[in-house]
Amino acid sequence: MRDAAVPPVYLFIGNGDEGIMIKLPEPVDQIVVNLLKAANTKLPPDIGWALEAAAGWEADPLARTQLGAIMDNVKKAEVLGRPMCQDTGIPTFYVKGRFDPSVRNEIMKGVRTATETIPLRPNTVDPLTRENPGNNLGKGMPSIHYIPTDDDFLEISVLIKGAGSENMTRLAMLNPSDGLAGVKKFITDSVLDAGGRPCPPGIVGVGIGGSADECVSMAKEALMSPLDSENSDPVLKNIEEELFVRLNGSGLGPMGLGGSTTVLGVKIRTAYCHTASLPVAVSIGCWATRRASARITNTSIEYSQGADL
Amino acid sequence: MRELRTPLDEKTVRNLKLGDTVYLSGDMITGRDEMHIRAIEHSRQGRPVPGEIEGSVLYHCGPIIVSSGGGRKAIAAGPTTSARMNSLEPEMIRRFGIRAIIGKGGMSKEVGDAMREVGCVYLAAVGGAAVSLAESIVEIRGAEWADLGMAEAMWKLRTERMGPLIVAMDTEGGSLYENIRSKLVRDI
Repeated sequence: MRDAAVPPVYLFIGNGDEGIMIKLPEPVDQIVVNLLKAANTKLPPDIGWALEAAAGWEADPLARTQLGAIMDNVKKAEVLGRPMCQDTGIPTFYVKGRFDPSVRNEIMKGVRTATETIPLRPNTVDPLTRENPGNNLGKGMPSIHYIPTDDDFLEISVLIKGAGSENMTRLAMLNPSDGLAGVKKFITDSVLDAGGRPCPPGIVGVGIGGSADECVSMAKEALMSPLDSENSDPVLKNIEEELFVRLNGSGLGPMGLGGSTTVLGVKIRTAYCHTASLPVAVSIGCWATRRASARITNTSIEYSQGADL
Repeated sequence: MRELRTPLDEKTVRNLKLGDTVYLSGDMITGRDEMHIRAIEHSRQGRPVPGEIEGSVLYHCGPIIVSSGGGRKAIAAGPTTSARMNSLEPEMIRRFGIRAIIGKGGMSKEVGDAMREVGCVYLAAVGGAAVSLAESIVEIRGAEWADLGMAEAMWKLRTERMGPLIVAMDTEGGSLYENIRSKLVRDI
């Protein structure tokens, strides 16, 4: 909470004459710090439930040992207020609703502060010289996606992924004749070929369609969606369920060491694409798929740990 | 479940079986891509390398370390993806007689060959269990090559019952990852 002596912060949300001025209990950069702290130290409840359910049905002894160690670690991280994983990753932000361009600077300020105070591991480096600025910033960082809408709120969400899972991202520009069977095969192979590297059991984010870049973005956005939020498209929901069953029947298991818990959920997003294309992207979230959202309205800030973008 | 204490001798390591769960106490070092590259480069050129590398337990880990009461403390220290070091590890194992590697996700057959030859095992830590694993680090004994940054530096750790660690690659060329991979069901 802010000191009473600090003047209140006002935020204009909207464009031109079409916006409203709202008074915030905390500055936006502090809200960003809160999001990064929550995401790093508290596992989203839907993932916690999924892990507990998995531990209930898992029969493989090594898998059970590992699921137990994961849940034990989650509890410790939350109680001690420490990052649940040392790879505090690279945050991707989603800014949705009404906003003005100042939000970018506020997010950067929040990332810099959170790196020092939580603390987060300084992970960003120049891609070629590998020079590390030490503050998780640098050219193009952090990645921010803007989704302007007519809603009377500003929603800032963050998805945190470590390199273990991010490095397993795959894009295929399939032939339209490969069809749904080709799509399912690519998704299955991407998850199974990744093996233990992305720290299974996790979430499989899938993008189908769009342009190549849009397809990869959709796959990652799908990871923001809580596991208990059902796909509104019944066809996609069926495919998600089929892949969930198939992947958990593969035998890969936690950390790739065997068992019947390979994924906690499959989430698919689609967009129309070129008639000559069939892009498919897979973005794997590790068991510690870290997310947090803040919806800011003129009366309140509501925090949650997942959002349907 | 077995309790092990470093330094590990070859006989102890060769007696470990795939699937054994162990808890490890004693000294170990961390090393990721950059540490491997530097250790190998210095050794090839006949330049000095930190003595702790010889015969060590090498933890694939880029911890989060904070200053605490005049010393340093690891607050999150889980394993990183070992496969990134696949091309570097065989030479690392052979040059420095590494006795155990702790990591996640497993390593290549070429690494397994070096492990069999030298007498070295791969211990799988639970990926992301960073707080629990950090709790078992009772002392940060120092850092070498700190210029590589927090994640890539070589940290010298003292641990007490670090685990659970699963013997996932043994000294006979066996790999739990390979066993699982060869049996994966991919069909609809």
